[in-house]
Amino acid sequence: MMLTELTIAGAQGGLRRREFSATELVGAHVAAIERLNGRLNAFITVTSDLALDAARRADAILAGGEDAPALTGIPLGIKDLFCTDGVRTTAASRMLEAFVPPYESTVTANLLADGAVFVGKTNLDEFAMGSANITSAFGSVENPWKRAGDEETVLVPGGSSGGSAAAVAARLAMGATGTDTGGSIRQPASYCGIAGIKPTYGRCSRWGTIAFASSLDQAGPMARTVEDCAILLQSMAGFDVRDSTSVDIAVPDYRAACGRSLKGMKVGIPAEYRVAGMPAEVEAAWEQGIAWLRDAGCEIVEVSLPYTKYGLATYYIVAPAECSSNLARYDGVRFGRRVPGESLDALYEATRREGFGAEVRRRILMGTYVLSAGYYDAYYLRAQKVRNLIRKDFENAFRTVDVLLTPTAPSPAFAQGEKMDDPVQMYLNDVFTVPASMAGVPAMSVPAGLSASGLPLGLQVIGRSFDEESVFAAASALERAAGFTHRPAVRAEVV
Amino acid sequence: MTYLIEGRDGPWELVVGLEVHAQVISQSKLFSGASASYGGEPNTHVSLVDAGFPGMLPVINRECVAQAVRTGLGLKARVNLESRFDRKNYFYADLPTGYQISQFTHPIIGEGAVEIELADGSTRVIGITRLHLEQDAGKSMHDQDPARSFIDLNRAGVALMEIVSEPDIRSPEEAGAYLRKLRMILRYLGTCDGNMEEGSMRADVNVSVRKAGEPFRTRCEIKNVNSIRYVMQAIEVEAVRQVEIWENGGSVDQETRLFDPARSETRSLRSKEDAHDYRYFPDPDLLPLVIEEAWVQGLAAHLPELPDAKRQRFQDEYGIPRYDAGVLVAEQATADFYETVARGRDPRLAANWVIGDFFAALNRTGRTIQDSPISADALGGMLDLITDGTINGKIAKDVFEEMLETGESAADIVERKGLRQVTDTGAIDAAVQAVLDKNPDKLAEYRGGKDKLFGFFVGQVMKAMAGKGNPALVNEALKKVL
Amino acid sequence: MSLDPATVRRIARLARIGIDESDLPALQRELNGILGWIEQLNEVDIDGVEPMVGTGHAALRMREDVVTDGDARDAVLSNAPDAAGPYYTVPKVVE
Repeated sequence: MMLTELTIAGAQGGLRRREFSATELVGAHVAAIERLNGRLNAFITVTSDLALDAARRADAILAGGEDAPALTGIPLGIKDLFCTDGVRTTAASRMLEAFVPPYESTVTANLLADGAVFVGKTNLDEFAMGSANITSAFGSVENPWKRAGDEETVLVPGGSSGGSAAAVAARLAMGATGTDTGGSIRQPASYCGIAGIKPTYGRCSRWGTIAFASSLDQAGPMARTVEDCAILLQSMAGFDVRDSTSVDIAVPDYRAACGRSLKGMKVGIPAEYRVAGMPAEVEAAWEQGIAWLRDAGCEIVEVSLPYTKYGLATYYIVAPAECSSNLARYDGVRFGRRVPGESLDALYEATRREGFGAEVRRRILMGTYVLSAGYYDAYYLRAQKVRNLIRKDFENAFRTVDVLLTPTAPSPAFAQGEKMDDPVQMYLNDVFTVPASMAGVPAMSVPAGLSASGLPLGLQVIGRSFDEESVFAAASALERAAGFTHRPAVRAEVV
Repeated sequence: MTYLIEGRDGPWELVVGLEVHAQVISQSKLFSGASASYGGEPNTHVSLVDAGFPGMLPVINRECVAQAVRTGLGLKARVNLESRFDRKNYFYADLPTGYQISQFTHPIIGEGAVEIELADGSTRVIGITRLHLEQDAGKSMHDQDPARSFIDLNRAGVALMEIVSEPDIRSPEEAGAYLRKLRMILRYLGTCDGNMEEGSMRADVNVSVRKAGEPFRTRCEIKNVNSIRYVMQAIEVEAVRQVEIWENGGSVDQETRLFDPARSETRSLRSKEDAHDYRYFPDPDLLPLVIEEAWVQGLAAHLPELPDAKRQRFQDEYGIPRYDAGVLVAEQATADFYETVARGRDPRLAANWVIGDFFAALNRTGRTIQDSPISADALGGMLDLITDGTINGKIAKDVFEEMLETGESAADIVERKGLRQVTDTGAIDAAVQAVLDKNPDKLAEYRGGKDKLFGFFVGQVMKAMAGKGNPALVNEALKKVL
Repeated sequence: MSLDPATVRRIARLARIGIDESDLPALQRELNGILGWIEQLNEVDIDGVEPMVGTGHAALRMREDVVTDGDARDAVLSNAPDAAGPYYTVPKVVE
């Protein structure tokens, strides 16, 4: 049995039936990391020894009987934005190269409490700012997928959770945590042919997760199946008194939602997502998705989200503004990199110049500018008003439909080196994912098929606030209909 | 009484507004569970939230909100049921996150008023613009290392109330009266200890000058003045400085200044001003703060009686003069002490003793009312002895001194030292006769018309009776014989 | 609106990010590119629209006034790049 080919749902059963041990399961993934991480660079920090220790403890618990927690012995990758107690947490930044948090984020603590085993900290765009995982101070991540007939060209895994997406796609972990601020779970999931969900803002605690843009950041799971995402989110989600934006609503049974019938579900197709210049194969995948859902018993409804086209521009005001403030704490005094200076200001300026990469510096400057005296009203305040209009678009749409279906990204994964001269071109990758982030509603990417060049294309299901169940139900139906069994060129069992 | 600065070409009026930072009394900090108590070993009252560690988030303390609401109610101010928190962004060594969480656009408390009384007995109302909650910063220490400043974050994140006045203050005296009154209200409410030496109350002073009838001219802000006296001095010297500038044809720059008490001057802090642009925006880690009207009503119902109301009640209920009532309500503890003494007794006698001998004794011994060697009940016991004629007023002063020294009760002292007042008319008559016999010359003068000598005879009789004679009976006996 | 080099310098100073004069042209070009692109928001009619505040899901929760944290100096100083005894340090600040 190829242990690295299992789903989480499958491994849960196998572990309990003693078909294999947690040590074997974790060991197989650790071995795959050792073999492939040098190439893929999906992990910044690999914690093999800790993982194998944890696997042995998991085996002891599993040997004890039936009541082992759900994720006992399941090897996961943790995006290196989640603070992990005693394990270096870098946010892929030189600034935090040597930062060892003395605390565990709520989301990872929840996973640990459910028995999960962490195999390492996955790579990302620096401070989660990027759409291609090329801004990491620890080097870019390689997408394990290859264009058909082109083994040479290195493709980007998407971003910012590119390390998590690549690790899961290449079978280096059974699942991974991601964070999504404007598409950072969904877009890399689409590029790497896996599933990933950004739950409703407030569903997963932000406590202990390094902030990029506080009003947008949400943690979520990435895995190879929709059901596996449901299993992981079940553990990650939940109310946390330490996060004032965490919402005190019971977490429903997500796994059960995956099998739910779609009879009578109304699916909205937003006209405004048919953007000019969308590649025909992306449009075709979307049409195919619409057909699949119709076949599953859904009613398809054209809807309008008139302000959605302003989502991206709004995002690129709000997110940098918040990041310019959130990243002010990296000043070389209490933690992180310190570059000496003659004066306090000299220390700040040298530390922040050397500690942050170009994209992070650019966004901090942008955010500083849009908040500065004389420009606040024209940029930040205006953006927050447009954001309210975007949110109302979704509210209106969800008065008539249960979920929305759109493509996840305007293209399949592109090659490293493409789209890199102009920041705006890079930002356009998030055009379909950003609106849901702005509105705070849950959204999931699920693999729907391959492009002409043999690369995965994802479809996005967007739901009402706190109705992740409908999202899981629709995404599961798409997954079943798509029967996506393609695997990337670079993966654990390929030597 | 108008305070004017005499310039070269006429008088100038002073315009002052105060921003007072008052540390909220609470167990824990505004947004973290670390202790808010003063002192402590460096960096021990610090959570990872206070130190701004990655991923740490603020959660607001209900008591700090309640304290702000209580203060607003005490300032007769509007309580805003919805308020918001903003980030004020700037870099400084003692500001761990690079921003201070404050309330910029939507403060929790709106307009209110404070009535002040001046030395001449006149009163004025100073408007309150707003009160908002914000975080205190940490502390930098500059003298422990030649090249470095040391940072202690124990104070970082402690709740502050910033109380902003309207530019209604027109003299240094008014500024002093306003600060004293504000401090009194805060102490009564138990929302701030008002201790300016420990920095739990500090003021930023906005000063400008103008000719009568003019609109406001440019103001300067004198930062962080930490005593009422310094506030008054700073206003005075800053006003003079500004008048000189205007009269020499210059113009005052809007800037932040520092008061140097040693040289009695204000100095520009322009270097620190360098490109200050706080980039306020709503803190995305916090939702709008919404409080219920019923909760506010509950807090209002439990407010203590405030100084103005208490002072009026003392006048009405105890029939004591307004000035005395003012002295007695200056501190809650004094007012409580007085009320205990006055209960069931002559309230005016009680006021005279508390304000007179008792305060003098505290001053002399360096004690406070909290550790007074004479309790309110003990002082009351002594007053009872005066009222029932056991001792007279003069002996009472001796008994009081003895109480102060020994802590004994008045009754015990009177008993032990045999100080009971003599009301036996036979004994008094005998003493009167002896005095007259000893002073035939004075007697002759008195009878010759020198009425003033009556007092001399009273004194001599009392002296002869070791002060224990009942003064009324002594007077009576003397009148009879003379 | 378009950024001139002085404005780029000013915001870099506000953000305490050191920049060299040689960085300025590229930064100015990139930031202006982004700004030009977000100008599209000017076409949105925002009259009478409230800005988005909070998440709309709930009001702020308040915690009880109890000391539950702190007294963890080792953790607080564990990552300090230049601690001196119980303190963080910075280059001497002259008041």
